[in-house]
Amino acid sequence: MDTVLVIVEQREGKLNRVSWETIAAGQAIAAQTGWTLEAAVVGSGVAAIASEVAAKKLAKVYDVESSKLEPYTPDAFVHALHEFLGKHPAKLVLMPHTYQVRDFVPKLATALETTAISDVIGVRYEGGKLLFTRQMFQGKFVADVSFAGSGPCFVTFQNGSFRADKVEAGTAPAPIETVNIEIPDSILRNKPQEVFKEAKQAVDLTQAEIIVSVGRGIKEQKNIDLAKQLADALGGELAASRPICDSGWLPMDRQIGSSGQTVAPKLYLALGISGAIQHIVGMKGSRSIVAINKDSEAPIFEIADFAIVGNLFDIVPPLIEEIKKAKA
Amino acid sequence: MKILVCMKQVPQKDAPLKLNEAGTWIREDVSYEVNEPDAFALEEALRQKEKHTGEVVVITAGPVRAMQVLREALAKGADRAIHLEGDAFVGLDAYNTARAIAAAVKDEKFDLIFTGLQSDDYGYAQTGVILAQILGLPHATIIMHIEKNDAGIRVKRELEAGFFQFVDMPSPAVLTIQSGINKLRYATLIGIKQAKNKPLRKVTLAEVQSAIGGNLQKIEKLYIPQKSKNTEFLEGPPAEVAKKLVEKLKNELRVI
Repeated sequence: MDTVLVIVEQREGKLNRVSWETIAAGQAIAAQTGWTLEAAVVGSGVAAIASEVAAKKLAKVYDVESSKLEPYTPDAFVHALHEFLGKHPAKLVLMPHTYQVRDFVPKLATALETTAISDVIGVRYEGGKLLFTRQMFQGKFVADVSFAGSGPCFVTFQNGSFRADKVEAGTAPAPIETVNIEIPDSILRNKPQEVFKEAKQAVDLTQAEIIVSVGRGIKEQKNIDLAKQLADALGGELAASRPICDSGWLPMDRQIGSSGQTVAPKLYLALGISGAIQHIVGMKGSRSIVAINKDSEAPIFEIADFAIVGNLFDIVPPLIEEIKKAKA
Repeated sequence: MKILVCMKQVPQKDAPLKLNEAGTWIREDVSYEVNEPDAFALEEALRQKEKHTGEVVVITAGPVRAMQVLREALAKGADRAIHLEGDAFVGLDAYNTARAIAAAVKDEKFDLIFTGLQSDDYGYAQTGVILAQILGLPHATIIMHIEKNDAGIRVKRELEAGFFQFVDMPSPAVLTIQSGINKLRYATLIGIKQAKNKPLRKVTLAEVQSAIGGNLQKIEKLYIPQKSKNTEFLEGPPAEVAKKLVEKLKNELRVI
């Protein structure tokens, strides 16, 4: 029988919770195809994580161990998984689309002369064929992508594409097999230093109930003040998409998205934000989303509850006045 | 320092895109621009060259129109360009694109190879890392700073949620560059003039055909995403729209 393998992500001995979403995806695929679902935890001294994972509905869990897997390097991870997959072949290998996975999966797939379908948001099984849905053109379109090689096929899932709380528990713990991998020092070319945060995070946007967020549509730095006035009127925090922080118009700690903060406020009001994938993953969990954008085809409207197509410079000033009136 | 920069032409950010009749790709009659992170990759290469001397070579794969990306790069200061020219390059998956690039530069020795961290069209975020594996070079992704030292280079990787990490690595190496690593320059008039006399080598698909294979992933269908939300569009003149929205904020979302 064919095997679906989920590679569980851990960092410094802690399970990355996005891995539960990947297991949920694996369980959904296994249910549709009838294939066997297994998981592997890769690292140094990660047996406890393997046990945690084994409580879920899985046929088997592998604890893939080497002291050279900590700290993470692409050379060590590719070496370990290349060897592991040689002994334990899988038809499909699933992982979360994290920065760490992005760093080594293309290398691993190439070493095995196969491919990785990256940043997938959904899966369908039709006529004996798996179709993976992924966004293209910054979310303006989606594509159904099929795999054409002999395998294994690597698939990485975008954050939030499957629900972690949908993971099924097993009736009994899955068996755990420890696989020790020899990794010679000579293959490790990168020497990673400690992980650090640039500056003290002054603002914790995850706690904000209302966020007014600005994107490229704000056009000039001096216009940020207009968004600030709106945020003040609503009693919310000001945030931005990446290009605004790159330009230095707002500090980096106000950035929302994959490289910034992930938020889920009561209200997320997006001003002139087109809705690139990297931004959406940081705010799509918001309870309600209001978007103002001049481009009626902006992807942000796909996830908005209330949408206004128009020039934000015409709409925001009367909006501030109306909010003040309503609050008075 | 000899640096190769891989660049891609993609549809302009706010260009209205339409599907082709087969529903497999977009209609090509749109405006194009350089993929944003690739512009930062070029800028970083030019800055490294200014600091350490050397040569900056730019390469792209795409139809005749993609030449514009190379012209702009030459005008900004790149020394020469390579164009994998042909309509077929648009449809290659990341593995084949990387193999084509590797084949086109097989006789050259670069100290560093830069790509943008991902493209705005496919968004694979893979070509640079695949290229590193094909060439047998170390790599690091999502780079925000590069410093040459005696042993090789020290790079600053961006991680998620505001975290960073320095990585020491030998060169030659492949780095995928994040937007915002530097401030982009504009081409000068003199640069634009000089670009016309800089060497540009064209490579056809036939010349690299033996290095590539069939795509391992296939786009079966491209379509407009199904809306998962019931979006209510508020319409009217600005003052009226503002009133409508405040009513929603107050009575439906209860945030006022």
